[in-house]
Amino acid sequence: MAMSREEIFEEVKEVLVDALGLDDDEVTESATLMGDLGAESIDFLDIVFRLEKSFGIKIPREELFPADSLLSNPDFVSNGKLTEKGLEEFKAKMPHSDITAFQEDPDVNKLANLFTVASIVNFVDIKLNNAA
Amino acid sequence: MRWIWIDKFLEFNSGINAVSLKNVTLAEEHLHDHFPGFEIMPECLMIEAMAQTAGILVGEARNFEEKVILAKIKKAVFYHYVRPGDTIILHADVESIAPEAASTKGRIMRGDELIAEISLMFSHIDNNLGGKQFPEENFVFTEMFNSLLTDFVDNTKLPETGK
Repeated sequence: MAMSREEIFEEVKEVLVDALGLDDDEVTESATLMGDLGAESIDFLDIVFRLEKSFGIKIPREELFPADSLLSNPDFVSNGKLTEKGLEEFKAKMPHSDITAFQEDPDVNKLANLFTVASIVNFVDIKLNNAA
Repeated sequence: MRWIWIDKFLEFNSGINAVSLKNVTLAEEHLHDHFPGFEIMPECLMIEAMAQTAGILVGEARNFEEKVILAKIKKAVFYHYVRPGDTIILHADVESIAPEAASTKGRIMRGDELIAEISLMFSHIDNNLGGKQFPEENFVFTEMFNSLLTDFVDNTKLPETGK
């Protein structure tokens, strides 16, 4: 059964409101999880568990939030910025995230800004509607 | 002194759920100050009792190989005071368990009365925290808890003593 993007957003919103103790109106598509919504590392796992339950899907944590493994690889990071190779890898691993702006200045400290509400909605959308 | 806030397990179904019991008594010294003339079990200790019930459940599911640390209190709502002489029953259910973490859902009952709802997240810290190193020995599951589990868990799975 296909869910529309709008329906997915509403469900994701509910997950984030519960997991992070937010008000409904704080959850917008462009809100960043860490910067705007105050998520910490354990919250990401909480969000993953809740998404799995809400949507009945399996989410390996690295798929939704692949930053850890990228950052520990010296081929992908140099002088605090993602290398060409790192960017390619990131694009491949995170098709659900819009990295157009990030590419201009791929400072790893700004990586957190890519984890937005929209990226979660995209991820679930791909998972639900492209899956076999 | 042993920091244990449950007296025994009543049920233990590996990876699924556990039920534990605690008797609250005036012999517990902290109750004399909390509060003089109106003793109640501190809510934070009910969270600890649930963390021990659920934490042991989560630990056993991975043969006590993970260091299971309470990482987040997802929900803690208290409906009634718990007083000396009360017996409380703690019910913990595993909601999700993954290589990095687990989440549990729990409730505390006194007879038929709902005392509290407490849902927790535990981190398996060796698989988390961006590769930070921790001591090799499992400082979470020491033999301290063994006596609680002997009736329920295969002896060979229990944390080894003196490690």
